[in-house]
Amino acid sequence: MAISGKTVDTKQEQVESLRSPTGVGLWQRKSFQRIVRGIFAYIFLLVGSTLFILPLLWMFSTSLKPDVEVFEFPPRFLPTSWDWNNYYLAWTALPFTRYLLNTCIVTFSNVLGNLISCSLAAYGFARLRARGSNVLFILVLATMMVPFQVTLIPTFILFSKLGWVNTLLPLTVPAWFGWAFSIFLLRQFFMGLPRELDDAARIDGCSYFRIYWNIILPLSKPALATIAIFGFIGNWNNFLGPLVYINKQELYTLALGLNLFRGQYVTYYNQLMAVSILSLAPILIIFFFTQKTFIRGIALTGIKG
Amino acid sequence: MQTTALTPPKKPKRKMGKMARREELAFWLFILPWFIGFIVFSGGPIVASMGISLTEYSILQPPRFIGLENYNLLFNDELFYRSVFNTVYYVGVSVPLGVTLAFLMAIALNQKLRGQTWFRTIFYLPSVVSGIAVALLWGWLLNPDFGLINYMLSLVGIQGPKWLYSTTWAMPSIILMSLWGVGGSMVVFLAGLQGIPEHLYEAAELDGAGEWGKFWNVTIPMISPVIFFNMIVTIIFAFQIFDQVYIMTSGKGGPANATLVYVLYLYRQGFEYFKMGYASALALILFLIILGITVFQFAVARRWVYYEGNDATGN
Repeated sequence: MAISGKTVDTKQEQVESLRSPTGVGLWQRKSFQRIVRGIFAYIFLLVGSTLFILPLLWMFSTSLKPDVEVFEFPPRFLPTSWDWNNYYLAWTALPFTRYLLNTCIVTFSNVLGNLISCSLAAYGFARLRARGSNVLFILVLATMMVPFQVTLIPTFILFSKLGWVNTLLPLTVPAWFGWAFSIFLLRQFFMGLPRELDDAARIDGCSYFRIYWNIILPLSKPALATIAIFGFIGNWNNFLGPLVYINKQELYTLALGLNLFRGQYVTYYNQLMAVSILSLAPILIIFFFTQKTFIRGIALTGIKG
Repeated sequence: MQTTALTPPKKPKRKMGKMARREELAFWLFILPWFIGFIVFSGGPIVASMGISLTEYSILQPPRFIGLENYNLLFNDELFYRSVFNTVYYVGVSVPLGVTLAFLMAIALNQKLRGQTWFRTIFYLPSVVSGIAVALLWGWLLNPDFGLINYMLSLVGIQGPKWLYSTTWAMPSIILMSLWGVGGSMVVFLAGLQGIPEHLYEAAELDGAGEWGKFWNVTIPMISPVIFFNMIVTIIFAFQIFDQVYIMTSGKGGPANATLVYVLYLYRQGFEYFKMGYASALALILFLIILGITVFQFAVARRWVYYEGNDATGN
């Protein structure tokens, strides 16, 4: 599914150049309507995108301001000198490198765990016949509807009994045991793959695991990429989990670190914005490199859901 | 031998035999991680939270059974009603505004114009960077004295409110921030709009439909399943709002509980006062509210959501 693109534009132009010489009254009116619609859309898009991009530009501009220029009114949009030192000061004011490392551990472990456990379950649900499999799949769907908060208290009690509070385990272990949403998404994708491939491999004596590993997974890269990206962002931004389970500062994630920084350096908005930008950098990078996968993935979830 | 005499032999059962049993075993092995996770991290906890909600439990002391006392307390708890009110206020305003805005943006992006890739990226980006950094950014943007928003309002002669420091404007501040993140819904709408077959528009044109006619009689019915999907998802997530409020109000839900949303209250009961029983009761009530609204939406959907005659692919 191509989302906008030059081919459409050029085709449109061709059609218009073909039609315009034969211009009749009715056609004139239609083209007029189209132009008005285009102008309205353009105004809306320009105003809207300006409003949407402004906060980010403002964040960037604030992050470079010297202390004295942060509280100027009326504010200046460009700092007189670009004070990159804010980034260094903010990053070293608290052990952010440590927080970054913790966030990376949690995020990468969870993305990997999710990919493995969810694709296994999804393959089972998509391809293997067993008594009760439909009932179990309904359970998968049902757990998608249950808000995280309902399971929060009992799992907190469980983890505290296990002595896992103030370790990274409560944040990492559950991801290795599947996540309903990803299972659902992957199952839908696997169902769309031709079954003949499986059958042929079965006849050749492949085990189910080899079919899953050597046939299904390589064909499912787009869906797996979608899940990896969603998982990355969700885990990177996770706040409530670390807030509940982590009190020790050396185990803080970036989200907790940012909150701590805000509490301690209330008025240093330039440094606060600098460190916020640093914490977002990986997400921004991933976003710009994988925008297509991203949007295809959202379309996948949206339309199939 | 005896059994065959009693019941007629079932052919398919014989046929299944070894192969089917192996397939069944493989199925269980494949879903095992999920199944363990389901028992330990979701199914089990849901059942457990029902039990815990009937107790007084601070983790340090063993739980004490108190029957429905937590629910009794809850329905007489002013802050419970306050948090329900605040959350319904947030959901009731942010969801309709957000879905409408996302829809308008998708329609504008679906026009054949130059530069659409850029516009789409700009609209979509904020929804991706959601999280703590965004809440901090908006705290700064909404700063009553030095924030960008009040500065821009002052340019058009409006004296901006105190935003997060005002009981009236604190919740609208949070809603405003949520609108910045509608890009996710927008992309879903955009995919839906691009999935509408061109021949429907051509047919409508032949029947003499103008721009509005095409919009109301082709676009709206065809996109209604996507509107429905976006409503369901955004409402479920909106009810669970927590991070932004916690960050922007330093975990207080202030001023004067004006932004004390449901999950923040739940968090406070569970992890500040360690009232696990009470917090579990709150969690279950939240679940019932969300479930009720979702079921209601599905029931009403038949009246307004248009599904094309289903074909075999089920799309």
